[in-house]
Amino acid sequence: MIKFDDVSKTYPGGQQALRRVSFHVAPGELVFLTGHSGAGKSTLLKLISIMERPTVGNVYINGHNLNEITRKDIAYIRRDIGMIFQNHQLLMEKNVFDNVALPLIIEGYTRKQIEKRVDAALHRVGLLRKKRNLPMMLSGGEQQRVGIARAIVNNPPILLADEPTGNLDPALSMEIMSIFEDYNQAGGSVFIATHDLGLIARMKYRTLTLKQGQMITDGLTQNWQEDGHEPVI
Amino acid sequence: MSLLFKGRNQGAQRIKVSKLQKLFMFFSDNLRQAVSSLGELTRAPFASLMTIAVLGLSITLPAALYVLVKNLDRVSSDWQQASEVSVFLKENIAQQDIEQLIKRLKTWPEIKRLEYIPADKALDEFTQTSGFGDALQYLESNPLPNVILVYPTSRHAQPNSARDLLDRLLREREVELGKLDIEWLERLHAIVAIAKELVTLIAVLLFVSVILTVGNTIRLNIYNKRDEILVMKLVGATDGFIQRPFMYTGFWYGLLGGIMAWITVALILWWMGSSIDRVINLYNQSFQLRGLDFPILISMLAISVGLGLLGSYLSVKRYVAQIEPK
Repeated sequence: MIKFDDVSKTYPGGQQALRRVSFHVAPGELVFLTGHSGAGKSTLLKLISIMERPTVGNVYINGHNLNEITRKDIAYIRRDIGMIFQNHQLLMEKNVFDNVALPLIIEGYTRKQIEKRVDAALHRVGLLRKKRNLPMMLSGGEQQRVGIARAIVNNPPILLADEPTGNLDPALSMEIMSIFEDYNQAGGSVFIATHDLGLIARMKYRTLTLKQGQMITDGLTQNWQEDGHEPVI
Repeated sequence: MSLLFKGRNQGAQRIKVSKLQKLFMFFSDNLRQAVSSLGELTRAPFASLMTIAVLGLSITLPAALYVLVKNLDRVSSDWQQASEVSVFLKENIAQQDIEQLIKRLKTWPEIKRLEYIPADKALDEFTQTSGFGDALQYLESNPLPNVILVYPTSRHAQPNSARDLLDRLLREREVELGKLDIEWLERLHAIVAIAKELVTLIAVLLFVSVILTVGNTIRLNIYNKRDEILVMKLVGATDGFIQRPFMYTGFWYGLLGGIMAWITVALILWWMGSSIDRVINLYNQSFQLRGLDFPILISMLAISVGLGLLGSYLSVKRYVAQIEPK
C-alpha cells in the first residue's frame, strides 16, 4: 500500500530531510508517525502525497513507483489518498456540501451518487445539518471534520492525516479517531502524523518515529521514555 | 458496513458507468461548468464588463472597417461595370463599311451593346450643349469623327479585360483611335486594395491584443484562485479538469465581446447611414449601405469566441501547470 525503500530526501541547498528511510504500511493497517519538529515528518508526508520526489530510493503507493510515474498520473494516484490537513485546506467560497463533494465531482460520480455519499460522510462526522453553511461559519474543529468528510467521501484505500486532532478537544479527538478506526476496520490503510503522544499511547497502534530524518523506532508503542518525547517500542 | 466505507479498499477503480451515462455526465459537467463560469463573471460585473468592452471594441474597429471596405468595393464594382470604350472611326469611311463594322462588333462576346453616334449628330449635340454654336457655324467641315460607344459585358469590364478589348478594337481597319478612361478606376482599385490590407493588418494587431487581454485576465483569475487550484490538485483533479472553467470564461468573454461588437457596428452604421446617403445622392447613385449580413455576423462571433478561447488556452496551459502543492 505504502512502501518506502531506502528513501533519502535532500532539498536544494543541501538540507537533508530524510536519511535512508524504509518501511511498509500494509493494506488495512493503521500507523502513527511521530517525531519532533524538523524530524522529517512533513517531508515524509509530502513524499506520500507526491508533493515531493525522493532524491534517493523508491516510494511506492498502491504499487506505483513514484519515480516512474508521469505528471499526468499524479492526479489519479492522489485520488487513492484521502488527505487531511492541519490547516483544513477548505474552499472558503464553497459551502460544506460542495467542499465534501469535490473529490466525487472530480471522479465523475453522478449527482445522485454525490448527494448520497456526501450526506453519508457528513453524517459520519456529525455535520449533516450544517451542509449548506460556508466554512467560515464553522468552528476550527468543525472545519477539521469537513476536511475529514472530504477525505473519506470517495472511500480511498489510503487515508493520510497530518495532525488531524491538533485543533480538537480530547473528546472530539477520540470521536475523530473512531472514524479512522472504522475506516481501518473496513480495510483502508490509515497513516497519521501527530505530535499527540497521549493519543498514540491510548490507541496502541504501530508507530514510526523519526529523528533528524532517520527512522528510530517502528513498532507497537508500549511506553515512553522519561522525557516523554520518544516512544519505547 | 455503511455506504461510505464500502467497495474500495484496494486502489481506485474507475467508476462503472455506461457509455450513455458517460456522455450525459460529460455534457452535464460541461454545462454546469459553463453556467458556473458565467456566474463567476456576474460576481465581478465591473471587471468583467471592462474586459468584455475591451474585446468588443477591439473587434468593432476591424469589423466596422471591413463593412466600409466591403461597401466601397461594391461602389467601385458598380462603377466599373458602367465603364465604356469610345471608338473613333477614320475619316472618309463609307457608311456601308461602318454598318459592316457594327455588325461584326455585335458578334463579339466581350461586348454587351453598342451605340453609334454619327459625326453629324455629334456636331448637333455639341452645338446645342457647348455654347459655341455661333462659332461652329464658321467651320468649313465637321471636325468630329463618327464614334461608336462600346459597352463591355460585366465580365470584360474589369480594367485589364477592358484594355484587351480596346487593343482588339484598335486592330480593326476602320478604327482611328480608342479611348478607355479607366485610370481613375485603377487608382480606386489600388486604394481599395490598400484599404483591405490595412484592415487585415489592423485586425491582426487588434486580434493579438484581444488574445493578450483575455490571456492576462485569465492569468489573474488563475492567481486569484490559486488556493482553490492547490486544493483541487491535492484531491486528485487533473489539469484538464481545473482548466475547463477558465476556458469557459474565455468563451464567454469572446461571445459577449462579439455580441457587443455586432451591436456597436450596427449602431455606427445607423449613425452614419443618413450622412452616407447624402453623399451618395450628390453623385446621383442609387446605393444602399450594407451592414453585417448573417454569415459575416456568425464569422465575427466565431472569430471572437475563437480569440477568447485561444487567449484563455495559452494562459491556462502555462499557469495552471505552474501551480503545484508544495
